[in-house]
Amino acid sequence: MSHEKRTFEFYVLAAFFALFVLFLYGPLSAILILSFQGETGGLTFPLNGVSLHWFANLFERQAVGDFGGSFERSLVLGLMVMVVTVIVSLLAGLAFRRKFRGATALFYLAIASLVVPSIIISLGIGVVFQQIGFRPAWYTSAFGAHLTWTLPFGVLIMFAVFNRFSPAYEEAARDLGATSWQTFVHVVLPMIAPSLIGVGLFGFTLSYDEFARTLMTSGTFNTLPLEIYGMTTNVTTPVLYALGTVTTVFSFLVILATLGAIVYVGRRRARA
Amino acid sequence: MTVALERPAIAAAPIRRRRFSLSAVTPYLQSAPLAFILGAFLLLPIIMIVVVSFWDYDFAAMYPDFLTTNYSDVLGSWVTWKTYLNTIKFAAIVWALTLFIGFWVAYFLAFHIRTTAMQMVLFLVCTVPFLTSNIIRMISWIPVLGRNGLINSTLVHMGLVPKPIEWLLYSEFAVVLAMVHLYTLFMVTPIFNTLMRIDKSLVEAARDAGASGWQVLWNVIIPLAKPGMAIGTIFVVTLVTADFSTVQVMSGGQSASVALMMKNQMSLLQYPAAAANAVVLLILVLLMVAGILRIVDIRREL
Repeated sequence: MSHEKRTFEFYVLAAFFALFVLFLYGPLSAILILSFQGETGGLTFPLNGVSLHWFANLFERQAVGDFGGSFERSLVLGLMVMVVTVIVSLLAGLAFRRKFRGATALFYLAIASLVVPSIIISLGIGVVFQQIGFRPAWYTSAFGAHLTWTLPFGVLIMFAVFNRFSPAYEEAARDLGATSWQTFVHVVLPMIAPSLIGVGLFGFTLSYDEFARTLMTSGTFNTLPLEIYGMTTNVTTPVLYALGTVTTVFSFLVILATLGAIVYVGRRRARA
Repeated sequence: MTVALERPAIAAAPIRRRRFSLSAVTPYLQSAPLAFILGAFLLLPIIMIVVVSFWDYDFAAMYPDFLTTNYSDVLGSWVTWKTYLNTIKFAAIVWALTLFIGFWVAYFLAFHIRTTAMQMVLFLVCTVPFLTSNIIRMISWIPVLGRNGLINSTLVHMGLVPKPIEWLLYSEFAVVLAMVHLYTLFMVTPIFNTLMRIDKSLVEAARDAGASGWQVLWNVIIPLAKPGMAIGTIFVVTLVTADFSTVQVMSGGQSASVALMMKNQMSLLQYPAAAANAVVLLILVLLMVAGILRIVDIRREL
């Protein structure tokens, strides 16, 4: 099709796509701008001057809840979820390459984990912990709750990766005398590394932004999304936007770092 | 001769048997962590919810029992039925909108962008906002839709409306808009994935056979894109039916959904009542997903 001239259909769809991108980014850029609102400004345009007042406000502990602490908890939780998601998804992906008893049941359990409403998981884990007598905490119950959301994505990605993975490479390595561990480390792992980084990104960001599952399971201390959720009902100053800007910029940095890592791994493989 | 040949074979046999049995249990060992986590944090909690939904409760605690009153309270109340209908209404509207937008965006990316690099860049442009906080993305509509927001002040300034439109924010319109904003990518990605795998020679063959552009779209591309649409539908429908935060924040408390009703019951410590609702909602969601899975085998689509 590439040799044809641009059709009328192309221009209509291009305009539609541009509107879609505007729809995605427009509101986000509005709060980005409004977070620099002057001290006397409100929640909407126009800007009453430009200041960093609301950012300063954000970091004063008393002003708006516990921003620093909740950010720290969300960060650590996100990293914990990321590591476990990558390892467990990789292992499960390797397992699904062969037939074993219960494989189908486990696969559908992972799918179920994706479709069961998050508030039900939140409620269920909350009740289980209450009945056992464990105190819910962000690093136990909320950790498990987040894994039920990130693992299905990881498993599905690994499943798709290994579906397209030709066993010829491993056979070649084995013919050359590599042990199964050497084959895995020097042949399989480098080939699937970009997908693993992708799974890691999913694991971290899904956990970092998750709050329906955290609602009943976080225990005494809030994670960042819960803190923000609480603020939507009782904070009516642009400090809310400042918080939005800070977390969004952080998310963008994480995404950029991940893409950079994927490109770097790809280059190194191309050179080798 | 024969004796000398047999001896090493006997010596090697136990080693081979050990390696065989080790490789036979490998998949079980590899899948054990996943099975354990999903068992402990998905299966057990759901079983617990089913059990608790039959329990008795008062303002302070729950008492093990076997009552069906929680269910008769759920199914016997007109308010609950209205809430369920409202949730299904949101799901239907958001599904139709995301399917329409998602298909055309994916179609544009897959069939009108000529280089793979450009396709990936534009796809990433669509993906990035979905990796940022949902609540922040909801809040970001306030300065746009609010009473003195961008849209209202523009309309008033241009003289198109005498006073700000009230139903832009804190209304069902705002809920639907925010949900489409939040969930469209879940439709774009699977459809884009299936469209990218369509063999372009099929399209050329249809053209050569005299099909018009619309006929190619309707008779070739859309039928082949159905698995992607089905997977997107599962995502969007389950996300919308489970939603409470968007409904709460964007309707300003004027609209209800099943999950929001559950959340309110939970904050009043009425866990058995919330559990009964959870069981009904879970059955509803699983029936919908089972219906979609009958149409498409997702294991084959990965």
